[in-house]
Amino acid sequence: MAVEILMPALSPTMEEGTLAKWLVKEGDTVTSGQIIAEIETDKATMEFEAVDEGTVGKILVAEGTAGVKVNTPIAVLVEEGESADAVAAPAATAPVAAAAAETPAPAAPAAPVEVVSKASADYPEGTAMKTMTVREALREAMAEEMRATPEVYLMGEEVGEYQGAYKISQGLLDEFGPKRVIDTPITEHGFAGIAVGSAFGGLKPIVEFMTFNFAMQAIDQIINSAAKTLYMSGGQMGCPIVFRGPNGAAARVAAQHSQDYAAWYAQIPGLKVVMPYSAADAKGLLKQAIRDPNPVIFLENEILYGQSFEVPVLDDFTIPFGKARIWREGSDVTLVSFGIGMKHTLEAADKLAAEGISAEVIDLRTLRPIDYDTVLASVMKTNRCVTVEEGFPVGSIGNHLSAVIMERAFDYLDAPVINCAGKDVPMPYAANLEKLALVTSDEVVAAVKKVTYR
Amino acid sequence: MAPRKPAETKEAPVETTGANVSKDELLSYYRDMLLIRRFEEKAGQLYGMGLIGGFCHLYIGQEAVVVGLEAAAIEGDKRITSYRDHGHMLACGMDPKGVMAELTGRIGGLSKGKGGSMHMFSKEKHFYGGHGIVGAQVPLGAGLAFADKYNENGNVTFAYFGDGAANQGQVYETFNMAALWKLPVIFVIENNQYAMGTAQKRSTSTPDLYTRGAAFGIPGEAVDGMDVLAVKAASEKATAHCRAGEGPYILEIKTYRYRGHSMSDPAKYRSREEVQKMRDERDAIEHVRELLIQGGHATDEDLKAIDKEIKAIVNEAAEFSKESPEPPLEELWTDIYA
Repeated sequence: MAVEILMPALSPTMEEGTLAKWLVKEGDTVTSGQIIAEIETDKATMEFEAVDEGTVGKILVAEGTAGVKVNTPIAVLVEEGESADAVAAPAATAPVAAAAAETPAPAAPAAPVEVVSKASADYPEGTAMKTMTVREALREAMAEEMRATPEVYLMGEEVGEYQGAYKISQGLLDEFGPKRVIDTPITEHGFAGIAVGSAFGGLKPIVEFMTFNFAMQAIDQIINSAAKTLYMSGGQMGCPIVFRGPNGAAARVAAQHSQDYAAWYAQIPGLKVVMPYSAADAKGLLKQAIRDPNPVIFLENEILYGQSFEVPVLDDFTIPFGKARIWREGSDVTLVSFGIGMKHTLEAADKLAAEGISAEVIDLRTLRPIDYDTVLASVMKTNRCVTVEEGFPVGSIGNHLSAVIMERAFDYLDAPVINCAGKDVPMPYAANLEKLALVTSDEVVAAVKKVTYR
Repeated sequence: MAPRKPAETKEAPVETTGANVSKDELLSYYRDMLLIRRFEEKAGQLYGMGLIGGFCHLYIGQEAVVVGLEAAAIEGDKRITSYRDHGHMLACGMDPKGVMAELTGRIGGLSKGKGGSMHMFSKEKHFYGGHGIVGAQVPLGAGLAFADKYNENGNVTFAYFGDGAANQGQVYETFNMAALWKLPVIFVIENNQYAMGTAQKRSTSTPDLYTRGAAFGIPGEAVDGMDVLAVKAASEKATAHCRAGEGPYILEIKTYRYRGHSMSDPAKYRSREEVQKMRDERDAIEHVRELLIQGGHATDEDLKAIDKEIKAIVNEAAEFSKESPEPPLEELWTDIYA
């Protein structure tokens, strides 16, 4: 019986990849375990092994094809005497077509209309833009700052020879050498402490945590050593350091690898906390973080790494901390979010617009300091507010904003502030339960309807 | 693969008679150790009077450790330690007035009163604290050495920690990286035999802490910490090793604290006799005093004059620490961000 070979998922968040190279051709016999192709994901180029034995009857996806969705048939294996032609053609297209049929094409353009108020513009009007992924933006930010400042170095697990567990540091070892791009053993507590000590000693480290889940091993050094020393020394000894890496849920990696630490770090005086959504913000804010004389927690998101945005083409593009960005102006409700929460929030705003509800969408971008003024001004205009974040609901950023809004804009409120957050449970593994645990745009829409009494 | 040569670790207390040591050197060790002791006695007194609050960990008995190690330091060398830090600061030349005023929580303190006994720093003297979490200063110290190596300046870092901290996991993470990256750091284990109130034999599976780096290829040796000349000799050897680019070195300095872990220590875990025996037979200051007298370097009168001089410095520090005002209230909100 002919067997279809499907495009494999090679990482928890992979949805598509490039079929970089076929190592077999039609008519070749393959054995189980033989490497038959090279597949490039946004993280790495991986070798792909055959599971079944047989003869390559037909190659369905030519090498060099990009954007091949996971589970698309890429070749057909036949047994002796079988013909590939009979099975190949329908098999190749059927699943793709079925998938397309399930999801009707959106009527409006998928990307929300971006309306940025002039007062908060990060770059001059008319600046040339280029499309870039968040991953590329982060890499450019580090490379530019390392070129400019010899004291800046990058340390972490797999940042060098492996080229970055999530390919953020790809190419940096080649450009800057092993003195400045340092692979560490898997000992977060120890290397975070060494990096903090080196910052006391005058260097400007960037510490990459493979994910922020592992930074819990190092949290004593981050909080007790990095954040508090300036104060404890009466201003004598600061700690210019950036701790960065993916934060929050990726996909299907369960409880110990799926947690949003935004509210944890945002609580600590002495730290600055950044959580960008777009590539432009990732670049401008990371450059700013590296230059900041204080310890900065820079929370990235694995799901956003591969997403593309417009980034200004400027020689030296930075974004000051404590300045929210208004993504969309609106009059009925204020939606406040940050990081991956912005994805759900912008989606919700689109859905609301279709129902005639005009939402103003604010991306906080930095959580310490927080741009309260932008949030309050918007709430005073719309008289309603919903906050959106992925983290746990108790002691969340939304809880804090609710308190500030109540204290400073109570008389402007026409409804209670609602906090949309992750559910109060450890992250489950099962796909359906995981989906349930995360905040969704539908929940945001429901919350908005509640506060607008619709 | 050839078996890796184990790192050399040895227990070699050096017999020191003071024969090869100059009069000036001996006098300076005597003076430095006495300053620490008198300062700490005064601090204990001020604590009893309610002028010093919170935790206060005295260094009395351990003076030869820092004084001996500092004897091999050169300009630019760095030091970092735990919360039992007053002696380290005085030994590297920080102002006794600033230290004492920090203990009393005054604006004239080295941290403007915001750090207290456990948290003082000096960029000028390359003293990097003053850390309150047991063991946390060890990776920080290796990080200072990382910066020195990065800057290729030939300096070393003294990372001090106790026998209690020697059981912390992050210490071993640090040993691994320090050896792997050949960082110029001397891990100084001040073994005063008690981790707070727990005797070493009750907390530590293998008592020879100087061998703790062997698994990482870090040489170590045990040193008599009641003999300042033995400590100095060990410090010279360790600093030479680090400066030659050979990587880290471990010194286990066997010492003894006469006072409690902190001022609030009821000291039920050891006998009065044990403490008295150390004081009578092994006191580090008495040892140098004998060397000075027996070597004909100083008379009783000379030493009395030094005692008087030290007492004056300590009294001046105590006065300053009482007179310096409390920090102005706006200091609550400063120094959070640079």
